[in-house]
Amino acid sequence: MSETLTFEQVQETVHKEVLPNGLTVLVIPKQDFQKTLAVFTTNYGSIDNRFVPIGKTEPVHVPDGIAHFLEHKMFEDENGDVFQTFGEQGASANAFTSFTKTAYLFSSTQEVDKNITTLLDFVQHPYFTDESVEKEKGIIGQEIRMYDDNPDWQLFFHLLSSLYYHHPVKIDIAGTVESIQEITKEDLYTSYETFYHPGNMILCVAGNADPAHIIDLVKQNQEQKSFKEPEPVERIVEDEPAESVQRVTTVPMSVNTPKCMVGYKIPVPDKQGKPLLRHELSVEILLETLFGAGSDTYESLYREGLIDESFSSEFMLERSFSFTAIGGDTNDPDTLAERIMEAVEQAKSSGLNEDHIEVVRRKKIGSFLKQLNSPEFLANQYTEYAFFGLHLFDVIPLLEEITTEEIHALLPEMFQEHNRAVSRITKKQEQSS
Amino acid sequence: MLDEQKVDSHGLDVRIIPTEKYKTTTLVLQMKTTLQRKTTAARALLANVLQSATDTHRSRKAIRRYLDELYGASFHADVQRKGEYHVISVKMEIANENFIKNAPPLFQESVSFLQQVLEKPYLPEGSFDKQVINEEKRTLIQRIESIYDDKMRYANKRLIEHMCSEEPFSVHPYGEAEDVEHLTAQDVMDEYRRMLVADDMCLYIVGDVAADDVQKAVSVFSVSKNPEDSSYTPENKTVEPAEEKEIQETDDIQQGKLHLGYRTPVTFADEQFSAMQVMNGMFGGFPNSKLFINVREKESMAYYAASRYESQKGIVLVMAGIEPADYEKASAIIKQQMEDIRQGTFTDDDLEQTKTMLKNQLLETMDHPRGLIELYYQQRMAQHQRPFEDWLKQIGDVTREDVTACASRTVLDTTYFLRNEEDHT
Repeated sequence: MSETLTFEQVQETVHKEVLPNGLTVLVIPKQDFQKTLAVFTTNYGSIDNRFVPIGKTEPVHVPDGIAHFLEHKMFEDENGDVFQTFGEQGASANAFTSFTKTAYLFSSTQEVDKNITTLLDFVQHPYFTDESVEKEKGIIGQEIRMYDDNPDWQLFFHLLSSLYYHHPVKIDIAGTVESIQEITKEDLYTSYETFYHPGNMILCVAGNADPAHIIDLVKQNQEQKSFKEPEPVERIVEDEPAESVQRVTTVPMSVNTPKCMVGYKIPVPDKQGKPLLRHELSVEILLETLFGAGSDTYESLYREGLIDESFSSEFMLERSFSFTAIGGDTNDPDTLAERIMEAVEQAKSSGLNEDHIEVVRRKKIGSFLKQLNSPEFLANQYTEYAFFGLHLFDVIPLLEEITTEEIHALLPEMFQEHNRAVSRITKKQEQSS
Repeated sequence: MLDEQKVDSHGLDVRIIPTEKYKTTTLVLQMKTTLQRKTTAARALLANVLQSATDTHRSRKAIRRYLDELYGASFHADVQRKGEYHVISVKMEIANENFIKNAPPLFQESVSFLQQVLEKPYLPEGSFDKQVINEEKRTLIQRIESIYDDKMRYANKRLIEHMCSEEPFSVHPYGEAEDVEHLTAQDVMDEYRRMLVADDMCLYIVGDVAADDVQKAVSVFSVSKNPEDSSYTPENKTVEPAEEKEIQETDDIQQGKLHLGYRTPVTFADEQFSAMQVMNGMFGGFPNSKLFINVREKESMAYYAASRYESQKGIVLVMAGIEPADYEKASAIIKQQMEDIRQGTFTDDDLEQTKTMLKNQLLETMDHPRGLIELYYQQRMAQHQRPFEDWLKQIGDVTREDVTACASRTVLDTTYFLRNEEDHT
């Protein structure tokens, strides 16, 4: 089941092997790099809060923030803190939880074999006690408090809760100080057993790496462990109406500069493989053409003092949801929201400048090359795409192929009034600093 | 190990670090002078103005389109405070044309563009465009005011302002909003002219480049490195904290921001520098440090509790986000950790682990083109060469006694706490 994929144009090679227990191993060697980065990812994130536990028949609904809580608790076992072990082996370790993924990683310039073994072993060994679960609530409570005071985070999540009625993407990844109080060690084991099966996971190693040696090492490590037969995970996702919930959300905070973000909820396209990637890249070209720093809209908004360099647009396409979000810091959130919507309507009625699309295409190609310098980008992005059955390095040929007609065709479906919502952060007090 | 080479150019000091490991070429032009309030705002505005219009590309949009056409070259000018220096950095990163079908010669183009930004700005009627000046003043003021919106950055800024009130270091690199407000096109022009003749300038290039090609490309520059200025070092005398200061301020926030500032006489050029790095690493530099283990893991009081060593200035900054009610307890634990290092209350394993982590961090920094440039520039600023092999060896040679000695010379100056009004007693 071993394959080697070479991508001539970007001079990158990927070595892939799917082990008998279902684990996918990817190695992307980078010539001359000092460090080795390994990322061990499960296809499980904050939105996976309703599912049928492995070996059971009835669905459960777990407390908000559990995937993130689990990520924190994995770092501890009978012998204490795994950061200590990585430290002894000169590695710096970390982890993160997103809407759809939980990833554990380390980077090091020495003792790579030992560190890979440590990574696999700690993620594949759950150990939770009532006491340690209780203790973690204080730490995560402070993490949530930190985000409570972060206006960009609040702007984003208020936008999502104005777009979505039911979909769990609207719930903060870490949950709330209240919701995490409900979490028990039994909840953690249930979620762990269901989503941390090797068949639901990818190990990706990028940087200074010998592919054959690493694949062999992982194989031997996995052969010593036993897992249940892989079973497809049954997730329950409630039907989400096409319309957004609410037009405008306003949250006053202790800030000097207000913020505004306009979002559009978009149906997930019924596509897979390359067509799906092509769709994603087309939307990115469209957004950059409409709102990038080289666009007419950006220039006039900047000149009028409605935006600064924090202005940006993003597109998110995931397992069961998709949306765009456009905005940033502004002294006048109302006018900025109106102008963003006007720019969209203008493009819908008079179309896009084709020469500008060509410039944006070039920009996207160059930006992609830039990102290939980073083992972090390579490992994380290759993994993201691999869960969709895609290859990261198909990006450049697709960027070259996408037609301007395809991009134009996206306009009506991407931006509809009834799918739209606006989020605003306003100044809480008149006097500050 | 990724050696820096000096390129023989007419005037500008050009350093290249040739390597095939990246898909891009990175260029960073550094312009350095002493940090002082009377020029900082004008320089911060100048950095914004220079990136907004050149004589050939007369608007931000025109520049952006030109760069996008060069396969999304990234380009950004900003300002930083490095010790008692103020540095304007103009950064570019451009795709290596070998990876793109039918690409034009991108490297040559990017060097010429950088030269235009620096030497051929858009100057209608002999000075900067008033509209550009006004737009960039507004943007810069908004950026200064927005520091308040990021409470960790804001607490850090307030700590430095209280702690270093008598030193140039208290000047924020963006300047003060009121100073920016009063600037005219002429003020910016004056600062621009002064910068061209007086700043210490250096251009770094990292990528798959050859010395003779670079030499040809950079011949477009007419500025020189201004050697008369480069030997000048600002006065950074060690300030002995008279007595510990404790400052509390309030804001409408959930989490309390506890920031502590320590002073150390050990800076980059000091022979005890690596020992100081190890000391800071053990204190709060890594997830196995004393702050992380004691404030976070043992007491569950914080999500983050860490320290940072500013080696150009000689200060160690601690930051932790806590429940306001835990203020006394958290401050006491943090201070105790430093005291424990002074007393040698740590194991040989702790010491070895920190050294390993530090060496790893240094090697990993060398994987980033800009990290590599930072490592070289740090040496230039301190006027002290520390080749990587020596640096790694020095870290390895640090002893228990070196660490306790460094901790003893690291003295608490100011404790700053930003908290909500409500439960303030």
